[in-house]
Amino acid sequence: MERSTHVQEEVRTVKHTEESTTDDEQISSSVFNRSSTDYETESRKDQLVRSVDTRILAPLRIVVHDWRGLVGGTILLVYLLMGTIGVVLVEAPEIGQGPRFAALFTDGHILGTDNQGRDLLALTVHATPAMLEMIISGAVFTTIVATIVGTVSGYKGGIIDRISMVVTDIMLTIPGLPLVIVIAAILDPRTPWVVGIVLTINAWAGLARTIRAQVLTVREESYVEASRVMGFSTSGILRRDIIPQLMPYIGVNFMQAARNVIFASVGLYYLGVLPFTHYNWGIILNQAYGGGALWNVSYFHWMAVPIVTISLISLSLILLTQSADRVFNPRVRAKHSRTISDDDDAVEHN
Amino acid sequence: MVNYYVERLAQLIITTLAVITLSFALLRLMPGGPMDYLRAQLASEMGSGRSSDEIDAIVESYVSVNPNDPIYIAYFDYVTSILQGDFGQSIWYSRPVSEILAEALPWTVFIMLSALIFTFTIGIALGAAMAYFEGSRFDTSATIVSVILTSIPYYIFALVLLFAFAYQIQIFPTGDLYARGETPGLNISFLRSALHHATLPILSLVLTGFGGWALSMRGNAVRILGEDYLRVAELRGIPDYRISLKYVGQNAVLPMYTGLMISIGFMFGGAVILEEIFKYPGLGYYILRAVEARDYPLLMGGFIVITLAVLVAVLIADLTYGKIDPRAGGGENRETY
Repeated sequence: MERSTHVQEEVRTVKHTEESTTDDEQISSSVFNRSSTDYETESRKDQLVRSVDTRILAPLRIVVHDWRGLVGGTILLVYLLMGTIGVVLVEAPEIGQGPRFAALFTDGHILGTDNQGRDLLALTVHATPAMLEMIISGAVFTTIVATIVGTVSGYKGGIIDRISMVVTDIMLTIPGLPLVIVIAAILDPRTPWVVGIVLTINAWAGLARTIRAQVLTVREESYVEASRVMGFSTSGILRRDIIPQLMPYIGVNFMQAARNVIFASVGLYYLGVLPFTHYNWGIILNQAYGGGALWNVSYFHWMAVPIVTISLISLSLILLTQSADRVFNPRVRAKHSRTISDDDDAVEHN
Repeated sequence: MVNYYVERLAQLIITTLAVITLSFALLRLMPGGPMDYLRAQLASEMGSGRSSDEIDAIVESYVSVNPNDPIYIAYFDYVTSILQGDFGQSIWYSRPVSEILAEALPWTVFIMLSALIFTFTIGIALGAAMAYFEGSRFDTSATIVSVILTSIPYYIFALVLLFAFAYQIQIFPTGDLYARGETPGLNISFLRSALHHATLPILSLVLTGFGGWALSMRGNAVRILGEDYLRVAELRGIPDYRISLKYVGQNAVLPMYTGLMISIGFMFGGAVILEEIFKYPGLGYYILRAVEARDYPLLMGGFIVITLAVLVAVLIADLTYGKIDPRAGGGENRETY
């Protein structure tokens, strides 16, 4: 008798009900009414606290506890500040605002100046807002298109899947940079938002394929089948049952996409393929290369500044991606969430 | 299995047609685009003495598209001439585009394929070693090095290598395919010179690329090392080398398939930047020259050929993948919703 109540209790602690009963009748009734009693015992406020804790605070705690997340997040924050407050604090670069080719830390030019006497710190800082706009538009475009194509074709299957995968494979095999160059040469995009989308014109294909592969495993889950039997629409099932499952993966790839936008935009501005309508780190690189920074050691800071700028933001995104992998791992997450007690964890894993 | 090959081949043909169509659409349909530009340029060059028909005929000889034909005829002409290897005439170099591209293609393929093979093998080997010694000091330091190297764009690395080894220490050349005075052919001094010139471009791709492969290989292998079937295999007395190759190695490499496909396109696409930095006249170099000179026939030809190179590389990867993954041959018979 004692053993059986223990087992029953274990089953019921999963849902945090406090009542302890041994009467068979009561058990059966409480099993069937469990969900309704749950909502009564847990007030709105508790729910809010819990969702804030599990969805926002626990991930943040993991990120901070993980050195990768801490370093990556700090660096990224510096770039965000540079693109918002920095633009106000640092005056815009002007030709002849300092001596030509000033070295690092001279005459109030912390990062030195270029061949036209422009302050390199000012050039770097004032290139950030446009870069952030490109990153956001490019990464959002990539993730949204990839998620739609990947989930719809993975979930629907059949002819829709076949057609969209043929299109995806075509996009996947066309080498991105030449395609972007051809399009940029003909369209001549100028605003950062548009440039961001042009840069990622076929970057969604790879992500769409991997998202589709993930959907293939999720679509056979019983809760998806239940929704389907209950007659929910495809878009409803995708939004409520499938995409939430893939959110972690999509989030990680959002940062990956952001990194690709930075690589491509700096590369293309370096090549001089995109019109020089705003400051960009790639333009500094282009001018340094053309201005002889490669053979004259005393000019090297001119090239080193954009190199370090690009490598650091890329490093921060990689570190954040790796740390995010941990954030979205449910086991690590439960450990850092305070509203889930350790006992629950034990039950869950038994 | 035969079905699998047929499907891959069909995919190749469809993609080729799609790329040619895209190129045609960009050439022909863009308002104020290449066609109009070319016509205006030719008209101003030749003065007012020529009729519009004559100019159109000359435009056709350049880009294989006659501006006056109805679209479907123009499209058909364009596709057939591209498929016959006729990419038109380069405006800047005044030579047939196909001739220029035929000279450039082998060099790009040489650099990119060697970089791809080195990157992949070094990455896989290092990742496997890291997983084997998981948690050791070697693992930690290799992880850190991989993360840092991966975060640097290859063209940044190329610039640094060029600065250090070509301009400052001067042990590598600053550009070109091979030293002046060498005669291309199968002689040792030419091959040495070609390798010498290709070292820095290949190195910058390999050094920034292997880290990513190593990290994902390590992740996959570590996950598999915890699987039950490995314990069972050990208990069954299967020799260690067989377990590490067949059970761990193969299963860890298979999920990297999509990554490999993407990376082939990425590397060939990178040729544009890399060849410009090293002044290495391959496909990418000519694509960039074409953009600068608004030489649309050369631009479109270069774009189509570089895509075809990627297609063939992907096809080869696909067919070898089909050999090692038992699932690749099976059709997908899923329920449709």
